[in-house]
Amino acid sequence: MIEIKELTKEFIEKRAENNLVALDHVSFTIEKGDIYGIIGMSGAGKSTMLKMIGLLEKPTSGTITVNGRDINKLEGIEKINYYRSIGTVFQGYNLLMQRTVFENVAFPMKLTKYDKKAVEKRVFELLEIVGLKEKAYQYPSKLSGGQRQRVAIARALANNPEMILCDEPTSALDSLTTNSILKLLKRINRELGVTIIIITHEIEVVRKICNKVAVLDHGKVVDNGLVSEILKYKRHEITKSLLGDEDEEEEGEEEL
Amino acid sequence: MFFEEYGALLLQATGETLYMTVMTMIFGYLLGLPLGVFLYVTDKESISENHVVNAIVGWIANMLRSIPFIILIVVLIPLTSLVIGTSIGPTAAIFALVIGAAPFIARMVESSLNEIDRGLIDCAKAMGATNLQIITRVLLPETLPSLIRGMSIVMITIIGYTAMSGTIGGGGLGDVAIRYGLHRYEPEVMWATVIILIIMVQVIQVVFDFWAKRIDKNV
Repeated sequence: MIEIKELTKEFIEKRAENNLVALDHVSFTIEKGDIYGIIGMSGAGKSTMLKMIGLLEKPTSGTITVNGRDINKLEGIEKINYYRSIGTVFQGYNLLMQRTVFENVAFPMKLTKYDKKAVEKRVFELLEIVGLKEKAYQYPSKLSGGQRQRVAIARALANNPEMILCDEPTSALDSLTTNSILKLLKRINRELGVTIIIITHEIEVVRKICNKVAVLDHGKVVDNGLVSEILKYKRHEITKSLLGDEDEEEEGEEEL
Repeated sequence: MFFEEYGALLLQATGETLYMTVMTMIFGYLLGLPLGVFLYVTDKESISENHVVNAIVGWIANMLRSIPFIILIVVLIPLTSLVIGTSIGPTAAIFALVIGAAPFIARMVESSLNEIDRGLIDCAKAMGATNLQIITRVLLPETLPSLIRGMSIVMITIIGYTAMSGTIGGGGLGDVAIRYGLHRYEPEVMWATVIILIIMVQVIQVVFDFWAKRIDKNV
């Protein structure tokens, strides 16, 4: 459903001799219903990858085809509709701090013509899903990190997206909260059939919820496929180093 | 008695200063707020980047800000006559005050907007918000407490500017202080205006701080 072909992104560096190549002829395919992990060290090009899928950056060359259409060729209302078909969850939550939880979740719905009653109903539905119904009229500053991320997830779901892009969604959270957020994402994937793309530098996140993964290193996909296989065969050096010392602790792993 | 002699004069001058200040705030923000937003959105890597236009508007704002207000009043006299019909009196003074204050307000607004996290704007964009929606539903509401704190600084600066409006017959406390305190050497009157100005500034500061704190939910 999302086909990434020969995707390249260069950033023009004025003072340097060569441009910075953030992504170098990257190709892989994400199927509907996947929880697709994109893992790599910082600087590997993960964020650039996500920004391009989310249409916040344009590629230097290559294509991203979603449901058969090159997203960089979308114009006007089609482009807006594409934006609305994706929900995004960020590491820093990006909530409106001057608005209540309710207003934050309602925000994307109120960007187009809307029916007040329907929005209200939907907001409470979403808050029910993320388990924050009783916090509807609180301000985000009064919430914990995990609760804020739940609000962000509810907001990402507001317009019934086909996919959710997660940019290091748990990197600012402790391990217990990370688990509960990952559980929530997995449940959303299962129950609502939403495709989830998650970028992370933590192998734990991939291990716990992803079914497929692409390993990025210096702008190239060095390994990709089913998580079970990638973790089993550790074909690439980077995969090994990302797995790191965790091999020893493997027995104690909690299955989600 | 001091109050019997000067009470009416001081009261009138206080009224004039307040009138000029409030009118300048209203028209200054009507002009300066959009200008500040414009400077912000056309800035590098902002939502509607336009380097050339940003540089030109920024340069004009800086130029106006670099002229000392008393000189700006004089420089503006022909323009004031053209627009207002006269170059003397309180309305003429307000015109000059607005021209002097608007670029300052624009820069204050711009710096408030710069406090906002870029991620929040990306996020709004990713949700399909148009640029106008980003401005009206994200930028301005999220920076409102900071904008209000900026308003107190602007208002106090404008009070300072009004002191010079006597030059073109605008009246006000500054005018009284110079006419009575300096020219006639009646220091009591000058001190009375100083005390009134101090009280005014304190009240503005307290009121705006209270207002900003009250509406700020990010604490």
